[in-house]
Amino acid sequence: MQAVEDRTGAGSAARRNSLKASASAFSPPSPFQRGFDVAFRGLSLALAGSVIALLLGIVYQVMAHAAPAIRDLGTHFLVETKWNPNKQVFGVLPEIVGTLYTSCLALLGGGLLGVTTALVTSQGFLSRRWELVLKNVIELLAAIPSVVYGLWGIFVLIPILRPVAKVLHEQFAFIPLFETPFAGPAILPAALVLAVMILPTITAISREALAAVPKRLPAAAYGLGATRWEVIFRVVIPTASGGLFGALVLGLGRALGETMALAMLVGNANVYGWSLLSPGSTIAALLANHFPEAGPVEIRALMYAALVLLMMTLIVNLLGAAIMARATRGLKGLV
Amino acid sequence: MSIVARRDLVLSIAGLGLALLGCSKNETSSTSSGAASGGAAASATPVAAQVTNTVNLVGSGASFPAPLYGRWFKEYAQANKAIAVDYQSVGSGQGIKSFVEGRTDFGASDAAMSDDEIKQANDNVLLLPMTAGSVVLSYNLDGISDLKLSREAYAGIFLGEIKNWNDAKIAKANPGVKLPDQAISVVHRADGSGTSFIFTQHLAAINEKWKSGPGVGKSVEWPAGVGEKGNEGIAANIKKNPGAVGYVEYAYAVLSKMPMASLENKSGKFIAPTLDSAAASLAAVELPANMRAWVTDPEGDASYPIASYTWILAHKKYDDAAKAKAVKETLKWCLTEGQKLSASLQYVPLPSAVATKVLAAVDSIN
Amino acid sequence: MSERAIVRPRLRQPELDAGLRASHDGLRYSLKHRRTLLDAICTGVAFSLAGLALVPLLSLLAMLIVRGGPLLNLELLTGLPPAAGMPGGGIGNAIVGTLIVVGIAALFSVPFGLLAAIYLAELGNGSRFESVVRFAAKTLTGLPSILAGVFAYAVVVVTMGRFSALAGGIATGTLMVPIVTLTAEEALRMVPSRMRAAAYGMGSTRAQVALFVVLPAARPAILTGVTLALARAMGETAPLLFTALFSNYWFQGHIDQPIASLAVLIYNYASSPFDDLVGLAWAASLVLVSLVLVTNLVAQWLTRRPIEH
Repeated sequence: MQAVEDRTGAGSAARRNSLKASASAFSPPSPFQRGFDVAFRGLSLALAGSVIALLLGIVYQVMAHAAPAIRDLGTHFLVETKWNPNKQVFGVLPEIVGTLYTSCLALLGGGLLGVTTALVTSQGFLSRRWELVLKNVIELLAAIPSVVYGLWGIFVLIPILRPVAKVLHEQFAFIPLFETPFAGPAILPAALVLAVMILPTITAISREALAAVPKRLPAAAYGLGATRWEVIFRVVIPTASGGLFGALVLGLGRALGETMALAMLVGNANVYGWSLLSPGSTIAALLANHFPEAGPVEIRALMYAALVLLMMTLIVNLLGAAIMARATRGLKGLV
Repeated sequence: MSIVARRDLVLSIAGLGLALLGCSKNETSSTSSGAASGGAAASATPVAAQVTNTVNLVGSGASFPAPLYGRWFKEYAQANKAIAVDYQSVGSGQGIKSFVEGRTDFGASDAAMSDDEIKQANDNVLLLPMTAGSVVLSYNLDGISDLKLSREAYAGIFLGEIKNWNDAKIAKANPGVKLPDQAISVVHRADGSGTSFIFTQHLAAINEKWKSGPGVGKSVEWPAGVGEKGNEGIAANIKKNPGAVGYVEYAYAVLSKMPMASLENKSGKFIAPTLDSAAASLAAVELPANMRAWVTDPEGDASYPIASYTWILAHKKYDDAAKAKAVKETLKWCLTEGQKLSASLQYVPLPSAVATKVLAAVDSIN
Repeated sequence: MSERAIVRPRLRQPELDAGLRASHDGLRYSLKHRRTLLDAICTGVAFSLAGLALVPLLSLLAMLIVRGGPLLNLELLTGLPPAAGMPGGGIGNAIVGTLIVVGIAALFSVPFGLLAAIYLAELGNGSRFESVVRFAAKTLTGLPSILAGVFAYAVVVVTMGRFSALAGGIATGTLMVPIVTLTAEEALRMVPSRMRAAAYGMGSTRAQVALFVVLPAARPAILTGVTLALARAMGETAPLLFTALFSNYWFQGHIDQPIASLAVLIYNYASSPFDDLVGLAWAASLVLVSLVLVTNLVAQWLTRRPIEH
C-alpha cells in the first residue's frame, strides 16, 4: 500500500492491469499471448528500424539531389564564403558558423531559463493550480508559428535592442562581442528569439523529468536536514539528469533546424565573426531564403548545404552524448 | 482504452464532423484532376439543378502577383461556378518546377522561363503576361518627401560607392533640398526574388560596372548593405532605420505609405512611380512572338525606368480537355474583366495591344 | 534501469544524533544561517529567471491578442479567405484544414513514435541497433522543416502526381516522429522498475508489461510529448508549402487535393501589403494558439486519473 501520493497514479491501475494481463496469477502465458508478444515485439522492432529508415530516406533524397553539387564544389564548399548563383560560386562557411553560434547561444539561454522555469513550476514553490496554469501557457507557446516569432522579433525585439546595442557598441567595442554596429537584424536578436522558441520544449520536458523523480528521494534528503535548493541540486537534478539532457537535445535540435524566424531576423549576410551585433546567416535560413526561387543548379548547392546541416546535427549529438556519458559515469548503478 | 486510441478516436470524430460540416457548406460537388477518382466525388446537399461537376485548377509560383491572382480567381469563381481555381505563392523557381513536372495546372513567374526551362517542359509552354508592376526606391529621410535620384546616383548607392546622403551626385539632382550628413544604409533582398531580378536587370542595363560586377539575377552578391527577407522585411527596415534606402514593389510602397524616389529615365527626365508611368514604360517595348519581353531601360519621356511584366505559364496542350477549357476561360476572363481590377490593387493593367496578343495566344490552348 | 543516481550521504547513527543535537536551535528558519541564506538567494534568482523567461512569452501572447483579438467574430471562424481588397472573409476552411492535416500527421506519427519508443525503452536490449535508432531520432529533431517538405514532395507528391492533404500530413508527421519517440522513450524509462519486476514476476510477457503496465504509468509524460509535437505540427509552414499548397474553398472530403491550413494562411497574409489581410494573419495566429490550448486541455481531461492514496 502506498501511503505517499503516487503522482503517476499507476499503482493500483498497474496492479489491476498486471492481474488482467496474466489470466490467473502465476500461470504461464497462453499461446495467444505468446504469439501476440512475438508479433508485438516484431512490430516495435520494425518501427524502431523505420526511424533509421526515415532518416536514411531523407539523407538519400538529399544526397541524390546534392550529388552533382558535391562533385562540382567538393570540400571547398565548406570554406567558401560567397553565395552567388549567377557566377556559380557557392559556399557555406558563414552559415556553418552562424548555425553553431546562434544555436549554442540559444541553448545556453533557453536551457538555463527553461530548466529554471521547470524547477520553479514543479518543486512546490507554487500552488498546484498555478503550476498547471503556467504549464499550459508555456506549452501552447510551442504552437506559435515561426513566422509570428519572426514578426515579433521585427516589431518588438529589434526596436528594444536598438538603443541597448548602440550603447554596447559605443562603450564596449573593444570586446569582440560588440565590435560591429547594429543595423537591425543580427546574431543577437536571432539567438534571443531562438532561445524563446526552444524554451517551451525544454521547460515542458524538463518538468516531466523533474516530476518523475520518486518522492521518497527528496523526502529522505529533507529528513536529513537539507535545504530546498540543496535537495534540488544534489538529489533531484542528478536523478532527473537523463530527462533534462533529453530536453536539451530536443531544444538544440529545434534550434539547429529553425527556418522561418531566423530567415527574418539573422540578417542574411555572408559574414561571420564573434560580434553579436553583426548580421550573419544560418544554413536553415539560407534554405528558406533561396529555395523558392532557386533554379536547378542552385537547388543542388542548397541540398549540399542541407546535407552539411544534417552532418552537423549528427556530430553535435555525438559530442553531447559523449559529454553526458562522462558526466553521469559516476552515478550509474547506484540505485 | 489507451491514450493513443482515445486521442485518435477523438481527433477522428472531430475531423470527420468538421469535414462533414465543411462539405455541407459547399453547393457543388467536384471532380478532382485526373478523374480516376471520379467515382468517389463527394456530393453534398442538393444543389441547384444546372450546376455540373466543377473543375479544380491548381497553380503556384511567384509571390508578387499573388494578391491580384487571388482576387481574380475569387471573383471569377463567383461569376462561373463551374470552375474553382487555387493559387499559392511558393516562389517562381518552385512554381516553374511544379508546373513543368505536371503537379500543377499552371505556374506563374516574374522572370518568365529561360530557354533551358522551356526545353525541359518539352516546349509545351505558353508564356502569358498577365499584369505588370514596377520597382521603386524607398527611403527614410526626415522631412524629405520628394527625392530625385539620377542614374549615376542610385547606381552608385547600390554599388556602395556613394556612402553619404549629402554626396554631390545626389545633391545635383535635388537643388534646394537640404540633404543630411548621414551614412546611407542600403537594404536589399536576402531571399531570391523576381523583384531583385527586375532591379538588377535594370542596373546592368544602365551601368557597366554593375553588369560586370554583381550582374543580373534573382539573388546576387550585393556590394553594400543588409539583406532582409521579403518586401515586408525591407519595408520594416526602411521605416525604422533613418538613412535607409532600398527597393520594393510599387504596390508595397504605396499601400505602406512609404516615400518613393523619382528616378531619372533614359530621356533624362525624373519620373515619379505611378501606374501611368509604368504603363508608359510597357508601351515602349514591343512584345515578341514568345511574349518574353524585358523592359530594362525604356524609351519615352514619361516612362518610369524600372518596370516588368509578370507571366502565367500554361501548357499549349493539356491532356484533359475539361482542364484546357477551364484554363482558357479563366485566363480570358483575367485578360478582359480582370484587368479592370488591377489598378485598384496597385497593379499595372496590360496595354490593350498586349492584351489582345495574349488573348490570341490563350485561344490556342487545347 | 529507470531510476538514476541518488546521492546517499554516508552518515551513521551517532553522527545523526550529534547533528540533531547541534542543530536543535537551528531548526528555526533564520536567514542568519549561511545555508538558509543561500537557499533564499537561490529561490530569488530562480524566480527572477523564470520571470524573465515569461516576459517574452507573455509579450508574444499580448501581441497576438492585441492585434488579432479585435477581429475575432463568427464570420472570421466560418468564412472563406478573402481576396485582396475584398471586405470580410474568414479562416474557417483553414481551421478545418489544419485539424485534418495534423490529424493525419498524428495518425501516422503517434503510433510510429510510441512503438519505436517502447522498443527503445522496454524491448531492446541495449544493443548497438538501439543506440543507432536513438541517434537517428536525435538527428531527425534537427531536420529543418523545409527538408521534411522536400522529402514528402519527393516521396508522396511525385508518386501521387499532385499536391495533397495526405502529403502534407506525412510531411508534418515526419517532423513529429522524433519528438514523440524521444519524449515517449524518456517517459517510459521514468517508470519505476519495481512495477515491471512485479508484472514479470506474475508471468506477463514482455509485450503485456510494455502495453499494460509501463505505458499507462507513463501516460502523462507521453501526453506532454505528444501535445508538444502536435503544437509544433500545427505551426509549421514550410512542409505544407511543398506538399499541400493551399485552397480557398472548403474541404470536400478528398485528402488527395490541396488543402487550406492556418500556418500557410498566416504565411501568405502576414507579409501582405494589404492591412486587412495582415489583420487576418494575426487573428489566425491567435486562433491557432487557442486551438492548441483546447487540444491540450481536452487531452489532459481525457487522460486524467484520480489521485490515489
